[in-house]
Amino acid sequence: MSHAAATTHYTSMGLDSRKMGFWAFIGSECLLFGSLISTYLVYQGRSVAGPTPSQILNIPVTSISTFDLLMSSLWMVLALAAVQRGDMKWAKIWLLGVAIGGSIFLGFQVYEFSSFVREGLTMQANLFGCTFFILTGTHGAHVTVGVLWMLTLWVRAMQGKLGPEHAMTVEIAGLYWHFVDVVWIVIFTLVYLLHK
Amino acid sequence: MLLFSVLRFRAREGAPAPAHHHGHTTLEIAWTLAPALILVFIAVPTVRTIFATAGNAPPGALRVEVIGHQWWWEYRYPDLGIVTANEMHVPVGKPVSVDITSTDVIHSWWTPRLGGKRDAIPNHHNRVAFTADSVGEFMGQCVEYCGSSHANMRLRTFVDTDSAFQAWVADQKSVPAVPAKGSPEEAGRAAFMKYGCIGCHTVAGYSSGPIGPNLTHVASRSMIAGDIMMNTEQHLHDWIGNPPGMKPGAIMPNLHVSQTDLSALIAYLQSLK
Amino acid sequence: MSEATGLKSWLTTTDHKRIGKLYFWTAFVMFLIGGFEAELIRIQLAKPENTFVTADTYNQLFTMHGTTMVFMALMPLAAAFFNYIVPLQIGARDVAFPRLNAFSYWVFLLGTVFMNASWLLPNHPAPDGGWFGYATLTERQFNPGPNIDFWLLGLQILGVASLAAGFNFIVTILNLRAPGMKMMRLPVFSWMTLVTSFLMITAFPVITVALVFLMFDRVFGTHFYLPSAGGDPVLWQHLFWLFGHPEVYILILPAMGVVSEVLPTFARKPLFGYTVVVYSGVLIGFMGWGVWSHHMFSVGLGPIADSVFALTTMLIAIPTGVKIFNWLATLWGGQLRLTTAMCFALGFIALFTIGGLSGVTHASPPADLQQTDTYYVVAHFHYVLFGGTMMGLFAGMYYWWPKMTGRLLSEPLGYVHFWLMFIGMNLTFFPMHFTGLLGMPRRVYTYSHDLGVDGMNMVSTIGAILLGIGMIVFVYNMWRTRTKGAVAGPNPWGGATLEWSIPSPPPVHNFDVIPTVTSRLPLWDSPPAPKAPPGHVHVPGGSWWPMVAAAGLPIMALAPLTRTLWIVFVGGAVLIYGIYRWAYEPFEV
Repeated sequence: MSHAAATTHYTSMGLDSRKMGFWAFIGSECLLFGSLISTYLVYQGRSVAGPTPSQILNIPVTSISTFDLLMSSLWMVLALAAVQRGDMKWAKIWLLGVAIGGSIFLGFQVYEFSSFVREGLTMQANLFGCTFFILTGTHGAHVTVGVLWMLTLWVRAMQGKLGPEHAMTVEIAGLYWHFVDVVWIVIFTLVYLLHK
Repeated sequence: MLLFSVLRFRAREGAPAPAHHHGHTTLEIAWTLAPALILVFIAVPTVRTIFATAGNAPPGALRVEVIGHQWWWEYRYPDLGIVTANEMHVPVGKPVSVDITSTDVIHSWWTPRLGGKRDAIPNHHNRVAFTADSVGEFMGQCVEYCGSSHANMRLRTFVDTDSAFQAWVADQKSVPAVPAKGSPEEAGRAAFMKYGCIGCHTVAGYSSGPIGPNLTHVASRSMIAGDIMMNTEQHLHDWIGNPPGMKPGAIMPNLHVSQTDLSALIAYLQSLK
Repeated sequence: MSEATGLKSWLTTTDHKRIGKLYFWTAFVMFLIGGFEAELIRIQLAKPENTFVTADTYNQLFTMHGTTMVFMALMPLAAAFFNYIVPLQIGARDVAFPRLNAFSYWVFLLGTVFMNASWLLPNHPAPDGGWFGYATLTERQFNPGPNIDFWLLGLQILGVASLAAGFNFIVTILNLRAPGMKMMRLPVFSWMTLVTSFLMITAFPVITVALVFLMFDRVFGTHFYLPSAGGDPVLWQHLFWLFGHPEVYILILPAMGVVSEVLPTFARKPLFGYTVVVYSGVLIGFMGWGVWSHHMFSVGLGPIADSVFALTTMLIAIPTGVKIFNWLATLWGGQLRLTTAMCFALGFIALFTIGGLSGVTHASPPADLQQTDTYYVVAHFHYVLFGGTMMGLFAGMYYWWPKMTGRLLSEPLGYVHFWLMFIGMNLTFFPMHFTGLLGMPRRVYTYSHDLGVDGMNMVSTIGAILLGIGMIVFVYNMWRTRTKGAVAGPNPWGGATLEWSIPSPPPVHNFDVIPTVTSRLPLWDSPPAPKAPPGHVHVPGGSWWPMVAAAGLPIMALAPLTRTLWIVFVGGAVLIYGIYRWAYEPFEV
């Protein structure tokens, strides 16, 4: 999308079209994660073989990665604020911070997945494995897209091609990041904290 | 009303432009409430019937278990110790409680004249209860698409008089006699072993194959091969000669049975009354 | 301003009118293919124990007939009108995201090609699990070939196209309306497009999840629907119908929108109860989410669930009935001109009402348990989807053809087409009510003479042949119009909405001056404002990148099809490269 041009267009609702489209996209994503989470809940406790969630979930470790993801949302807010006031130096720092925060989260997820597989929880092992990996894996894929997006913005900023006139672009990237973060909080609560 | 409007209000040359009504609130309310009221009258008996047909049979009903397979029906009478295929016998005027499930894909068990259908789903048990009020033979069929030979998965329910039903039960519970030495039936019984039929089919007192239909009293059934062919010598010949040719996708393979063995096998099967 | 021509201009186009035409022709060809599949089905069923096609081919034919008609013919035919007409009706120069729109089309085309390519491979492994693809029949264990893979991957690709189109039209309709075009002044067709778009973006994620589960079961050996490990095949049915019922309204609402445009124009009267028609459309959209289990009464969900879904299903009949009454009231006292478009719109009302009433009969589970999965249901939904949706879309074709091409379709040929369709349709589908009640199940490649349905099946087949002849007449009519059709002015029918205020076909930039709207029927209530001298209107150039990005999806789909991991990365790279070039090319919206 061309950036500055769109923001100045007349629109019937007075809202930027890309932002409105993105909200529609988030609505659609809610249904996607809603279906995945519902399936997880429906199949909860119906595995006919182990390992079960209480045997395998490592809540302290995942709490750290959850904290890290929450912090990255904060940095996202700071990045957007910096872009909006034209402070590109801090914008670059915070954007890179978000990308690194997301990467750390992904690193935790890789560690978690591989240790689960070592302990016998694979996608094929039982229903818990099926639903757990597909839910958290889909979320991880979303984080990966977000990290690539942040890195792209950061590179553009380093090249001097990102300025306050692109605030809407950064705002939409931020919307995405916060959405992915909120989804994780729901997953963390339902899968890790309230497990059966 | 549509037809009337079309005929009455056709455009005529030179007619004045029609009046522009944009709507009428009373009319809108009226034609919202009218169907709503009609639906209330439909809804009340509907809900009542849903609960009445929920599959609860009175205690002491004849219990039958129906198990769907690709592409035939297995019937078990747990209280009578009977296992048969595709043809169900029930006594007239007695309540029957049917428990429906499946071992492979989803099927649906339906005899139109005896009531609504229920799906046969692996790991699920659906119940249907009915009391047949007249003697007769009722056709039915699988109504959930279940693969290549979905169209060939038919069934038949025989509603018998009480005495006929008791006779049928007694017959089904008997164990077939061992054929006499040197008879064609005895050669057929050997062929039943030679071609591996015993691996899939059960004949009480002889084999206990768990995959195909129970053949202990196959000759007492009116149809074969998922209730698609009359149980005649010619059809048995065609069927055993090439099952997938008669019923696409049939799990029973073409065993290339020699003509002599085939005749013997048919003689044996026809002795399993 | 002259329009670029040549192949490149079509491949790179971002003009909503051209994309609309691409959608139309692709979907129309798919409609003919789906219809051809239906003719083969009817030939097979013309007499009992027929051997015209084999059981396996028959199962592929009915699977692909349903899948093609729903996802590759009816939805995209409606999308063709969304594309062509909606921006004109709301007074916009294009959709909100022209390149996303091109992306939708290319994804749709490639998904269609992907799924249908299965017919051309050795032994034609076309999908054969039914359009509803019930587990466990579609699991690898019971269907080891690539048939189901083609189906589930093709549907995932097509889903992306629908999602992208949904986002685009929501924003276009909410945000690009001409000044003064308040929501309650929006033409009903645009309103129904908006409701349909919301249904698309909410329903397609659900089917995507269901398909991903099935794909994982088949490719990676998970157990989402496999009872052996505690999975439940009924989960598929819940997810499928949670999507599937809104999908029914995705199919019917656009046709209701078309009819709500055609009736007032040819009755020379405003739509009766505009507000009520709009709100009942929105209400149908919402309630469409609460009725999915009425497809599953025979599953045995228990009497309480059955009762709840029976009641919600009956409730949804109320707004539908209200719409029909409003259409009748629009006719009442009007000056009806029985053009072909009007005939099809009237045919819609008659046939859709029959389909709606037979629908109410199976809202009641006790009745449904007799009717479901028999030809009664086939009759019901063909009255709704053929008698309803297709009749509505044909009305749209005759109505907007002059706008899209500048020439009128022949009316005499149109009448022949209409009567062949109307008679053929009733002859084909009305007897099916009885074949079903007599016990003929759906999806059977053969049936026994003992069922007593030979005669009625023969009548259905004769009706289907009439439908085929009707389509030949229509294709000839379209062909003939290219040179012999009467030239249409800007407003051949005397329509009231903005698309009729501009030349036919419209210039690239649609409107020389964006109009200001002061009423619901701008062309009837006030004559078109005098044209200001056209200034320079900037028209965005074309772009290759939507097509490149779209190509990434079928490439990725080849990976699970062939069980080859590295292909995913190739497809992903193409997709990402396309998106990056798209994001950073100079292009002004």
